[in-house]
Amino acid sequence: MRHSFIPWLLLGWVGFLLLPWYLLEDGFWSFIWVTDGYASDMDYAPAILQGLVGERTWLLPLIFPLLIPLRLLSLTKSDPRYSRYLIIAGACGLSYLLVQGFAIGVSGWQFMGLTSLFGELELQQYGMGYGAALCGLSFLVLLTTGLAASGFLKGDVFVTSSIGLVIALVGLFVFFPVSQILLSAFISPDDLFTPMLFVEKLSSNNIWSLSCLNSGYACGIAWNSLALAISTAVLTTLLGLAFALVITRTGFRWKKSLRLLTVLPIITPPFVIGLALILLFGRSGVITTFVADLLNIEPGRWLYGFPGVLFAQVLSFTPISFLVLIGVVEGVSPSMEEASQTLRANRWKTFINISLPLMRPGLANAFLLSFIESLADFGNPMVLGGDFEVLSTEIFFAIVGAQNDQSYAAVLAILLLAFTLSAFFIQRRWLGKKSYITVTGKADSGTYMGLNPGMRRLCYSTVIPWAALTVVIYGMIMFGGFVKSWGYDNSFTLQHYSAAFAMSWGDVGIIWEGAAWDSLWTTLTISAIAAPFTALVGLLTAYLLVRQQFKYKEVFEFGTMLSFAIPGTVIGISYILAFNVPPFELTGTGIILIICFVFRNMPVGVRGGIAAMSQLDKSLDEASLTLGANSLTTFRRVILPLLRPAIIAALVYSFVRAITSVSAVIFLVSADHNMATSYIIGLVENGEFGIAIAYCSVLILVMLTAIICINLLVGQRRLRRTPSNTPSPRKTSFSSSTLKENQA
Amino acid sequence: MKNSPYLLSVTLATLAVLSAPVMAKGKLNVLCSTDTDWCSLMETTFEKETGIKVSLIRKSSGESYAQLRAEAKNPKIDIWWGGTGDPHLQAAAEELTQVYKPKALSELRDWAQNQAKVSGYRTVGIYAGALGFGYNEKLLSAKGLAAPKCWKDLADPKYKGEVQVANPNSSGTSYTALATFVQMMGEDQAFDFLSKLHKNINQYTKSGSAPIKAAANGETAIGITFIHDIVKQVKKGYPVKAVAPCEGTGYEVGSMSIVKGARHLKEAKMWADFALRPDIQTMAAQAKAFQVPSNKSATTPEGAPDFSKIKLIDYDFAKYGSAATRKHLLQRWDADIKSLPR
Repeated sequence: MRHSFIPWLLLGWVGFLLLPWYLLEDGFWSFIWVTDGYASDMDYAPAILQGLVGERTWLLPLIFPLLIPLRLLSLTKSDPRYSRYLIIAGACGLSYLLVQGFAIGVSGWQFMGLTSLFGELELQQYGMGYGAALCGLSFLVLLTTGLAASGFLKGDVFVTSSIGLVIALVGLFVFFPVSQILLSAFISPDDLFTPMLFVEKLSSNNIWSLSCLNSGYACGIAWNSLALAISTAVLTTLLGLAFALVITRTGFRWKKSLRLLTVLPIITPPFVIGLALILLFGRSGVITTFVADLLNIEPGRWLYGFPGVLFAQVLSFTPISFLVLIGVVEGVSPSMEEASQTLRANRWKTFINISLPLMRPGLANAFLLSFIESLADFGNPMVLGGDFEVLSTEIFFAIVGAQNDQSYAAVLAILLLAFTLSAFFIQRRWLGKKSYITVTGKADSGTYMGLNPGMRRLCYSTVIPWAALTVVIYGMIMFGGFVKSWGYDNSFTLQHYSAAFAMSWGDVGIIWEGAAWDSLWTTLTISAIAAPFTALVGLLTAYLLVRQQFKYKEVFEFGTMLSFAIPGTVIGISYILAFNVPPFELTGTGIILIICFVFRNMPVGVRGGIAAMSQLDKSLDEASLTLGANSLTTFRRVILPLLRPAIIAALVYSFVRAITSVSAVIFLVSADHNMATSYIIGLVENGEFGIAIAYCSVLILVMLTAIICINLLVGQRRLRRTPSNTPSPRKTSFSSSTLKENQA
Repeated sequence: MKNSPYLLSVTLATLAVLSAPVMAKGKLNVLCSTDTDWCSLMETTFEKETGIKVSLIRKSSGESYAQLRAEAKNPKIDIWWGGTGDPHLQAAAEELTQVYKPKALSELRDWAQNQAKVSGYRTVGIYAGALGFGYNEKLLSAKGLAAPKCWKDLADPKYKGEVQVANPNSSGTSYTALATFVQMMGEDQAFDFLSKLHKNINQYTKSGSAPIKAAANGETAIGITFIHDIVKQVKKGYPVKAVAPCEGTGYEVGSMSIVKGARHLKEAKMWADFALRPDIQTMAAQAKAFQVPSNKSATTPEGAPDFSKIKLIDYDFAKYGSAATRKHLLQRWDADIKSLPR
């Protein structure tokens, strides 16, 4: 084909002439419109008919930007008109599409000024559907193709279009909704713009009080959150490093099981770890009673508050930091360590001077992720927080609690965002511009050096008890589904499982009788759809960030990372505010859940991709480009295969996160699309712990199965020839490949 | 040409479990704020009787209210059934819900009719529950403590670190308790009592019914919450006892509101009338719900608190449900009680 924009233009024409322009009431996946009076019925009509027959004349001007590029068919790319026409067509089409969408809504004109200008509008329009989406995409690509033709980014169409697409998506699904809720921080209850109220709320004693240091009064929630996040991040990073070292650099016998263990907490639905901890360490917990009897002391309630939340968070997030670190620890090239030892440095010196500095990106990433996760964590403070209040739960209760103060919630959200972003910038400064490249195209082999005895003992003595505790906790969870009432009447029963997952044979096959089936199917479908999209968008963004140079890259990176820093509660509410009304009407659909997951988990794919790609030498790309491949082919044939671990990580992580996430989902589920976690919350709220735990156990098993399947499907990357003797980490096994370079 | 999109559509439609069901003749979206069991019992019974397809989602009353507010411009929910009365009144005050006088209005108990009147008939009472506290017999006898009988007993220093109640900022139950104390004792005395009680509180929980679950599991000795929630734990076999305080107590009126701008208004009205019928309200016992039903002819479930034997205060729902009073009391609680040293 002569011009690369032609298929995209065609797509725009299809969207304008053929497909239903507006959102269909029956759902995105329902295709009854095809047979149910398509084209003539105004509910299903494409834009051209809406304009000509349905009197929605404001849609007709969209034909002009679609006509302009036709003029270019006879021109060559070097013609100056080529880029100019494309830019004009794309920019005009896109902006007109948005303007008409926002200006005309369910109740006619959406702005007072327009009503007085044009008079009352009888007609209305609903959310945009297939047709509008295709047109929008088409305009976007026309615009970016035009920009590339005018010399943008060395004229690389693929890179320009990718950047354009990522910006458009992030703008629409992150910035637009979040701006809606942040604006509300400045709006008083009677809809007035009041910056003073914002300042007053932000400086509240409730947030900043330091009185816990010198009196019995409670400290402000900002300090609570910070103290918790820093403690969690430090502990999880150290523990994660210990795990990673034990696995890569010792002859520890049960490595595989250890890897498996570290995967467990990540696939654990929220609330479960908290509940299990209560049963073990609560006032009437198994261990507490045992110790109290032994030492003859009064059982305490230490678990409720800072120590308990910290405990649960370290349990939950150590695997994340482990997954980040294992990739980096493995990535450190053995030949560097060998070189150091050849130069007569002992193992300790080599570790301190060579290995550890090379792990800096990993350490920083692990710390950053645990820090952010801890700040945004909702389940653990909810169950174990006691009087210890943190920002994430306060935001939730500011919205759903008796206060119903949305602007206070927005103020807290801004604060939380500020903390996360500062952490992000500090991390970047610390890493600086040093090179951490260890995987190059050159031949490279060797074995990792072992740890020196002191280090090894230290690692063993932290890792083994921790692993044992994890086993006990998961034992409790699995066991909990089979007892009558957990912790009180421990007689065996199957009633919880039959209440949730009963099925029987009927006339038309299996009847899914259990109460949990509906939400389970929905959860699995939505998570399975969201995972590949997350991986795709994430890795594409990572590729752009690491391999391409363009202006305002920092801003671009910041934008793509932003959604990770925003707590789920805020995302949930902002999505409802932004996507309940046209032009983007998504609430009540399954799509909004998918989109929410994709953009919430995208930063994971991005970080994972960045970490993995910064270890791949650029000469690999250059070789491919020199051999005549374009950037798309290079990405597909060279980068992607080398990124397999990162792809696995992104797929697994987004799938699992979609299943286990809770705070955003609470607001977005609808009657037809209920998710497992929100169903489980209902059970927990009602004290139906038995069924809740049975459901959680099933979810855990499902996720484990899924992880194994994804591993088998995507396969391994081969970096260098590996000797078969241990301690080589590159053997094919479930545990070593699972999530191994998940930069979480 | 004609065949292939059709084929595609069939394949995709089968593949996608997400696909919304084909529109039936009647459809109703219900937001349910009672226990899951009760919600699904209502759903299946209504579907069987009317043939209307019900899509029901369960959310706590705070979450439900937040959703109605967020969706105000384009509501997706038709009727909101169950949940404590305050958020229903707030929704009524903001005109998020719409006026409807159910057929059975005159058959209802006074408190249910009163709820409708206060809201300008935008909501109506469907059940009531009295506030009280429950204690763990085993724990108290192990510590050699007598069982508390009155509110004032709870402030006795011998129960130090043994009482749990929810944070009124997050829980409607606990706000009802706060408002009850203020109405029974007068505001200053109530806060004086609360500051003494504070010394005995080991934790302000987030959820209103959490304290009694903690008592059932032995995590605390005494939990303040609604009596019907305590009865539920008793029926499950936990060693807890419910107490209706000797000084008298406040209560909640579980309510139901039709959402303003409901897309299925006719069906929503059908549900409203259905939910107030005595035979339907009597069924609540099957779902282990021990509230007092609002229809006079409905049978009160066995084990439910007997309102004729409990001293109920004359709870002023209009005043204590209003945004101004609520804000004032919660701010005072935050300032005077929450951060006090123990």
